[in-house]
Amino acid sequence: MIQINNLVKQYVSRRVLDNVSLSIEEGEIFGLLGPNGAGKTTLIRILTMLASYSSGTITINSLPLSEEAKNIKALLGCVPQHLNLDADLTAWENLELHGRLHHIPTQERRHRIDELLEYVELRDRASEMVNTFSGGMKRRLMIARALMHRPKVLFLDEPTVGLDPQVRRRLWDLILSLNHQGLTVLLTTHYIEEAETLCQRVAILEKGKLVISGTPADLRRKVGQYTVEWSEADGIKSRFFVERPDAVAFMNSLDTATTIRNTNLEDVFVELTGRKVKD
Amino acid sequence: MLADIKTVIWRDWVVLRRRLGRYILSRMVSPVLYLVAFGWGVGRQIQVQGGSYLDFIVPGILALNSMIISFNAVGTPVNMSRLYYKTLEEYQIAPITAASFVIGKIASGMIRGIISSLVIIILAFAFGATLTIHGWFWLVLLLNCALFAGLGFVAAMFMNSHEEMANFNTYVLTPMSFLCATFFSTDRLPSLMYYFVESLPLTHASHALRMAGQNQDPAILSIVVLLAYFIVFLTIGIWQMKRVKG
Repeated sequence: MIQINNLVKQYVSRRVLDNVSLSIEEGEIFGLLGPNGAGKTTLIRILTMLASYSSGTITINSLPLSEEAKNIKALLGCVPQHLNLDADLTAWENLELHGRLHHIPTQERRHRIDELLEYVELRDRASEMVNTFSGGMKRRLMIARALMHRPKVLFLDEPTVGLDPQVRRRLWDLILSLNHQGLTVLLTTHYIEEAETLCQRVAILEKGKLVISGTPADLRRKVGQYTVEWSEADGIKSRFFVERPDAVAFMNSLDTATTIRNTNLEDVFVELTGRKVKD
Repeated sequence: MLADIKTVIWRDWVVLRRRLGRYILSRMVSPVLYLVAFGWGVGRQIQVQGGSYLDFIVPGILALNSMIISFNAVGTPVNMSRLYYKTLEEYQIAPITAASFVIGKIASGMIRGIISSLVIIILAFAFGATLTIHGWFWLVLLLNCALFAGLGFVAAMFMNSHEEMANFNTYVLTPMSFLCATFFSTDRLPSLMYYFVESLPLTHASHALRMAGQNQDPAILSIVVLLAYFIVFLTIGIWQMKRVKG
């Protein structure tokens, strides 16, 4: 569905994306993981044509991004990290505006607005100004807006940032249900749990470079599925093991309190980059 | 393209319609003050070009007011939408052309400019002004609104903060408001300043509205100058909209 080859984004003296190559398959939820400043949002902005790129090639649904901008725009839905609903309009009017901009015929547009407001559980708030909405409601409305024109790919840039855990889980359910209906989703996050829950494949970005990509299970296997942790004067230390007996043997060899647990994506990230995802 | 222009206007009209009463009321304040101060106060003691000062300044006030309203109707919201609310992105990721968006925004600015001009025309008649309003008058007024809405768009795309927008107002619009044949005839200005002021669009709008208001055909030069400024601002606006990428 999305093919990115040797993508470079260079500002005057700073390379924000450095030879990134990725392939995102149709119907999957693909996660871009990395700390702030890793280049995740820049990549989304390039894919949604909100930012230019210096070199490389991108194709979406076999259409080259550099030549087929208008056709590609019709395939994409985007929920940016910042809340960018039109505060001077009601929820219904925000969707109406989007529908008009995407040339959806009047009858179909009105039916779709009702359907989507129902889907994101905002039907009873349709005629209220969006500046009276909570963060979670705004985020749900933004997802509804991005779905108005039935895109093939949905970009979600940090979709749950700043939301409380309950609202976050509700949004996860929504994203999973969209994916079950066949929608390809590319999301960026620095919440490990979010990536583990939602994504079939993830890529780790660090300082504009692609560190690794694969399924969460693949990535865990690459560093070792079992993590032994122990505490030292200068902080918590960890070591990874492919086999559990090796991890247990190592644990027993230490003269201090230790724990053994399954490796998670945060461990993979720290092991490969030396940083934490939330840094 | 027409459908996209209509969509952009629709959004701005929905917002304006919701506040139309308040909008019209707020648009009455400055013109009433101008008409009282310059029309009744100062104006009763002055005659200009053989007529009353009130008749002289009403076209000037119209030119000035339509400039400010059209400029701010586009400049401030587009600047805020680009820099703070990021709502401009909704249009950027939509399959519409840059030209549709810019023309739609300019048309919205013109609607606001014309509404406030209508308010002034009604007030001017209430204050006793004698003014002929015909096709040329409307053409000049529409061109003035269009070109300053276009300038508002250009400024909104170039200025990178709210403060810079305010400075643009201070250094460009405010001097034009006073110098461009709005309140006095430019004939008495020193020659260098005269030629400079005569090159500005508001001067031509004031001259042309004054001529049209006196039931004379405005100078073709003024119409051409207003049209040229409009085309330049529209072209720059479309170019900016196309290149506004990080």
